[in-house]
Amino acid sequence: MSRLKILALLPLAAALSGCDYVVLAPAGDIAAQQRDLVIISTVLMLLIVLPVMALTALFAWRYRQSNTAARYEPEWDHSTKLELVIWSAPLLIIVCLGALTWMGTHLLDPYRTLGRIHADRAVDQSKAPLEVDVVALDWKWLFIYPGYGIATVNELAAPVDRPINFRITASSVMNSFYIPALAGQIYAMPGMETKLHAVVNHPGTYKGFSANYSGAGFSGMHFNFKGLDDKGFDAWIASAKSAGGSLGRAEYLQLEKPSQNEPVRRWGSVDADLYRLILNMCVETGKMCQSEMMAIDAKGGAGHQGLNNTLPLAYDKYARRGTALGPEPSFVAGTCTPDAPQGRTTASITAPTDTMPLIGAGLKRPSFTPLKSSSFFLGQRPKSDS
Amino acid sequence: MSPDFLKLIFGRLTFESLPLHEPIVVGTFVVVALGGAALLGGLTYFRLWGYLWREWFTTVDHKRIGIMYMILGIVMLLRGFADALMMRGQQMLAFGGSEGYLNAHHYDQVFTAHGVIMIFFVAMPLVTGLMNYVVPLQIGARDVSFPFLNNFSFWMTVGGAVLVMASLFIGEFARTGWLAYPPLSNIGYSPDVGVDYYIWALQVAGVGTTLSGINLICTIVKLRCPGMTMMKMPVFTWTSLCTNVLIVASFPVLTVVLALLSLDRYVGTNFFTNDFGGSPMMYVNLIWIWGHPEVYILVLPAFGIFSEVTSTFSGKRLFGYTSMVYATVVITILSYLVWLHHFFTMGSGASVNSFFGITTMIISIPTGAKMFNWLFTMYRGRIRYELPMMWTIAFMLTFVIGGMTGVLLAVPPADFVLHNSLFLIAHFHNVIIGGVVFGAFAGINYWFPKAFGFKLDPFWGKMSFWFWVTGFYLAFMPLYVLGLMGVTRRLRVFDDPSLQIWFVIAAIGALFIFIGILSMLMQFAVSLLKREQLKDVTGDPWDARTLEWATSSPPPDYNFAFTPVVHDNDAWWDMKKRGYQRPLTGFKPIHMPSSTGTGIILAGFATAMGFGLIWYMWWLAAASFIAMLAVGIGHTFNYHRDFDIPAEDIIRTEDARTKLLAGAK
Repeated sequence: MSRLKILALLPLAAALSGCDYVVLAPAGDIAAQQRDLVIISTVLMLLIVLPVMALTALFAWRYRQSNTAARYEPEWDHSTKLELVIWSAPLLIIVCLGALTWMGTHLLDPYRTLGRIHADRAVDQSKAPLEVDVVALDWKWLFIYPGYGIATVNELAAPVDRPINFRITASSVMNSFYIPALAGQIYAMPGMETKLHAVVNHPGTYKGFSANYSGAGFSGMHFNFKGLDDKGFDAWIASAKSAGGSLGRAEYLQLEKPSQNEPVRRWGSVDADLYRLILNMCVETGKMCQSEMMAIDAKGGAGHQGLNNTLPLAYDKYARRGTALGPEPSFVAGTCTPDAPQGRTTASITAPTDTMPLIGAGLKRPSFTPLKSSSFFLGQRPKSDS
Repeated sequence: MSPDFLKLIFGRLTFESLPLHEPIVVGTFVVVALGGAALLGGLTYFRLWGYLWREWFTTVDHKRIGIMYMILGIVMLLRGFADALMMRGQQMLAFGGSEGYLNAHHYDQVFTAHGVIMIFFVAMPLVTGLMNYVVPLQIGARDVSFPFLNNFSFWMTVGGAVLVMASLFIGEFARTGWLAYPPLSNIGYSPDVGVDYYIWALQVAGVGTTLSGINLICTIVKLRCPGMTMMKMPVFTWTSLCTNVLIVASFPVLTVVLALLSLDRYVGTNFFTNDFGGSPMMYVNLIWIWGHPEVYILVLPAFGIFSEVTSTFSGKRLFGYTSMVYATVVITILSYLVWLHHFFTMGSGASVNSFFGITTMIISIPTGAKMFNWLFTMYRGRIRYELPMMWTIAFMLTFVIGGMTGVLLAVPPADFVLHNSLFLIAHFHNVIIGGVVFGAFAGINYWFPKAFGFKLDPFWGKMSFWFWVTGFYLAFMPLYVLGLMGVTRRLRVFDDPSLQIWFVIAAIGALFIFIGILSMLMQFAVSLLKREQLKDVTGDPWDARTLEWATSSPPPDYNFAFTPVVHDNDAWWDMKKRGYQRPLTGFKPIHMPSSTGTGIILAGFATAMGFGLIWYMWWLAAASFIAMLAVGIGHTFNYHRDFDIPAEDIIRTEDARTKLLAGAK
């Protein structure tokens, strides 16, 4: 497999010189596995595409009108054998590719916690992953580090080889959170939370940006992602802490106003509840949180009296925003459990400690020895099995 | 006059709505106004208005409507391509602190308009025009099932195009991207008229498309000539049938999703808002449930064209007709099961993503089978390299690359790194230009002599071909490369100077394509001048195989003096082989539909209603709606709907052809 990969990369290597093909040479394990899938699928498809292109050129040349030496059979229009080949050759490729897709999609599900931090290193269970809450604003990125109590705009840093758990939302319109060197993208949407699990393996500074058009300031909506060693990361946290300032609800409401090409900003402390309020679209005092509304609905709704709640629910940043009913809390605030409206939180998908994916419950391992020394997404396999 | 009164009359429309502060737009307006004035003046001077109205605008003849669709598509291609040139120019210049020459307000409209125009007002009219022209001839019919509806459908499509063009000079177009995802397209974030232009242009044109789909399905199902069973239909007719089934099943979804969006915008409902339980994700799902079949709506007829062309110019029966038909039907069905692959990154679970990834890959099996069928049609053939065949070879070599990158994007983890990147842009231009546009050009070059009685000039045709093909590769291969560098779409300015060279190459490619388009226009002009040299009197200049070549070029109003009887897939080939003799006597009067101006009048009112709704001129919207009802009801009292072409006229037409044919021998 590795030989195949090198072969596939050869023609690209010529073009590579001087340019940063970050998708093909990423710095994080997840992006590297995604890159492997890109290359393996391309090679699989070339198996059929190249012969088709060659045959097209060959037939187009050989059966040209002026070549009267070539056979001409104007009535020949059917061959069961050929039809079998025509349908089964692409089918076989798609069967392989489909199996690859099924496994790859599950193993690289962005909602799934990491099972390894590198092709040959498992996750160190003793270290807690780094939690980062990401908010796409018009038109800048807010990063909140709940574990450290700091927040930044347009700058993200993470220690090398430590898993990162992103929780991602947005304040107004759809964006897509994408750091090509780290991992694939995922949409950031207002009032909703998406997740991404990733790890960076090589120190360095990488580009991150929004990959989904979001309005006038979209082009300037990018940031630097820094992969730092542990010491560097601690220093980075300390410098953010020393930047002082505090990001609370009032400051957030100022920050989320549309602005373009924002410079890096840091806050030494941050309202611990801020991310939950942003996600539930109730940073402004007097707004009802979505979770509260969902809790009411889960209990059957508030009937006609519920109509009184509609104004504090309205979330429209530019047109209707304002505390229509004044700052006093709506009367339902006490009747629900805001965090877990229906008594449950989203279950997280955890990677199994054994990363052999093909074994169903109660089945024996297949007897063949899997391919060795591959950085392919199946990951590190225990060497003990027969 | 009081401001209230002005507001009542003009709604949101004020002097400030006119883009007088945008020099580029003002310049364009001056050029368009001068050109338009010259055109109108010329028409008046040569007293052509009456001719145009009687013979073209009010016609219900499927051939003339087909030609008008093609003209609409080519005119709009110029507009859509001007947008493309502006984008390429901006992205080439905006490096190293430069803002380029377009501000965000303008640039964001340009890329939105480019997408909307190219899909709805270029690709759709070209495809619909070819189907309209060719299908009735291929199945031996006199016209489509509902000729008046056909005229109305065409003018509704024009109405949509008029609204898009109006947005250039009156107000502005949407700044949302061509699918107008909420919440960005909702009233809170796009309070201006742009999205309303988008909505009403597509709604007006969408009525036309849906009705034309119904019309062609009925035509193909009900009006085939004796002997033409379903499995004896030409492949182009088969692909047209499948395309129109797709249209009828998918366009209502677009109509509904746009209606829901307009309810959100006009009356404050919350289908797609962030709050009150609205779900923007619902919009994304719904629009792609229309959007993915739309891709196949465009490409299936192109596949049909390539089948006809390959078999004709290889001088050989189409290889694997039956598997070709089944492949088309399978693609038709599967195209409804793949829409989620446009947003794997929206956070669906792994099982959902892999389901849609795998269904997408499965579509490549029948598509691959088609590719092999064309390949083995060429095998042991005698290939004549006329222009249609050149486009077909270019298609085969180009489309496989686009198909391959498409399947790659269908692998969800691969899509996570390539989604929304320039790789994606390169992919879909690769399939739409390499498939649909090359197909349309193959079709134009192939059927032009049928429509006008003379071939297109080969020299300018080849110029156009080579500039288009090399231009395509120059313009889009750099985009694949940029995608692998992680460059995303719709960016207006760039920081990294190392990317610039690729954008310069892409811009050069766009210029090549521009020369290709100019060559094509030149080709039309030169062919018109040299029409005597390029003349074809036989009606069958390519030694072709299907029924449309059995009649004269251009065909008479009634298409066939006697309805043909068919015994073989390649009906005309079979007739030629068995020594078919054209009947020279026994002509009878032919029953035909009458022209009517109702279609263009109704579409005009529909467009006015759209304009009124866009600008909140409620009186105009209401008045136009009432006028539409009145004209529609009035039309039911029109009893002059049909007439008989007298036998003498037919004898005269057919005798003239007999003389021509004798002269040709």
